Amino acid sequence: MKSIVPILSVLLTIIAVWYAAAVWMNAPWVYDQAARAEQTVPRPWQVAQATMNQDRPVLPTPHQVISELLRSTFGLPVSSKKSLVYHAWVTISGTLLGFVMGTTLGVLLAVGIVYSRSMEMSVLPWAIASQMVPIIALAPMLAVVMHAVGATPLMTKAVISAYLSFFPVVVGMVKGLRSPEVMQLDLLQTYAAPGGAVFWKLRLPSSMPYFFASVKVGIAASLVGAIVAELNQQAGLGARLLQGSYYGQTTQIWAALFLSAILAAVLVMLAGRIERRVLARMGMAR
Amino acid sequence: MKDTLNPSPVIQARDLQLVFSTNDGPVQALKDVNLTINKGEFVSFIGPSGCGKTTFLRAIAALETPTGGSLTVNGMTPDEARRKRAYGYVFQAAGLYPWRTIAGNVRLPLEIMGFSKAEQNERVSRVLELVELSGFGKKFPWQLSGGMQQRASIARALAFDADILLMDEPFGALDEIVRDRLNEEVLKLWARTGKTIGFVTHSIPEAVYLSTKIVVMSPRPGRITDIIDSPLPRERPLDIRDSKEFIEVSHRVREGLRAGHSDV
Repeated sequence: MKSIVPILSVLLTIIAVWYAAAVWMNAPWVYDQAARAEQTVPRPWQVAQATMNQDRPVLPTPHQVISELLRSTFGLPVSSKKSLVYHAWVTISGTLLGFVMGTTLGVLLAVGIVYSRSMEMSVLPWAIASQMVPIIALAPMLAVVMHAVGATPLMTKAVISAYLSFFPVVVGMVKGLRSPEVMQLDLLQTYAAPGGAVFWKLRLPSSMPYFFASVKVGIAASLVGAIVAELNQQAGLGARLLQGSYYGQTTQIWAALFLSAILAAVLVMLAGRIERRVLARMGMAR
Repeated sequence: MKDTLNPSPVIQARDLQLVFSTNDGPVQALKDVNLTINKGEFVSFIGPSGCGKTTFLRAIAALETPTGGSLTVNGMTPDEARRKRAYGYVFQAAGLYPWRTIAGNVRLPLEIMGFSKAEQNERVSRVLELVELSGFGKKFPWQLSGGMQQRASIARALAFDADILLMDEPFGALDEIVRDRLNEEVLKLWARTGKTIGFVTHSIPEAVYLSTKIVVMSPRPGRITDIIDSPLPRERPLDIRDSKEFIEVSHRVREGLRAGHSDV
């Protein structure tokens, strides 16, 4: 329980800084309004009060963001186009589909790279190069291509998610599949073990800790990919972010951002929980 | 061999050469090695590091390929023998898979070799009993001491009933008290199973206590400097190490090691 003090102090500091910044950034509008109405210059405490609940603040205050988050999550029917639950579901479905595709591709590529020298030399440079391209630049072009071949928005999103999430899985799994020691490989050779046995009984189990480390990075990357893909779509947290910025709805943007962060945290935590369970069953957690 | 009237050779090396090519040029790991190991013998290889004792054991196991001469195991090439699963190999470290229980580790070779489930279970409990680890089958390796882990790895090597047991400094990392106990157990095991054992060590008392034949080796190039047929009986209580014969054999091994060093 000792850790509660530092956790709370950091949280309180962030909130304090946020409120201070909101006052500072939203104040010009208050002065502006007063000048237009040809009123006397408001006193500082009046200005501060007037920055707390503006309709279109430059920086919405924490309580505005939280209440918008709660309102659009719980206050609206799930089927409403304004419900964050609806948008979050659209994003999550794309994220998970893309994550499964990316992880599968990543594992398959890693197996190929570990077992074939020529595949290592021909595929790995492309995998690395693929991550050099900024996804924000690539996503619209991919969307056009996917649309041309008749893919649904979900599929487009999943492809972009997969594009971001396969890479950490490739890197982690290559390392993991190569992690058995020489002695462990020699042991199987003394049994004249066929290649399949070496893979299933040694390489794959050895790679599990590496796999889960990659999965945690990959699932967060998938979420980023889905949100970026939605900047070109009608629904999802990404679309919601973009609509918010079109109409100057800063509170809506921040609420969507918060929900994205919460989603990412939940997904990574879920992956961590599965990791602990699997490794415990394998006797690798102590 | 004193107790076998008709010794049958299990491992035969004739003018065996093994040269490693390294970045610093070729290294002669084994030179002109001639040795016959008969069925049921307990042969120790002793020598300083770099003398090729481990390399020779690995060549028998077809984990290294000789560059000259001939080497046969059960009358076959080492590689054929390996495919026929002629030997069990115990490495310097136990090397148990951390994600398998002790029983699961012992079962590993049996799964690979396609034994039936019932036979796997029967064999696992039999060899675990042989190394006195009954009751530890469900534990994971990290829950066991180093000595127990190494016993489990011996059980794993015994599980598929190969006639030959090759052990590469299996107790090198263990303290002397544990080592003494395991040495006694290995002798009991050898008496009960009648296997042919090749045992690499750099401990003179260990070699003399265990072996019917001691092969003294020396480095640069790796070669055999002396082969000693032990006069000790097969039945060996721990205090045999205070007997005159034991001290004499130990002395001869030490002389052999010293001779190997002085003529480099």
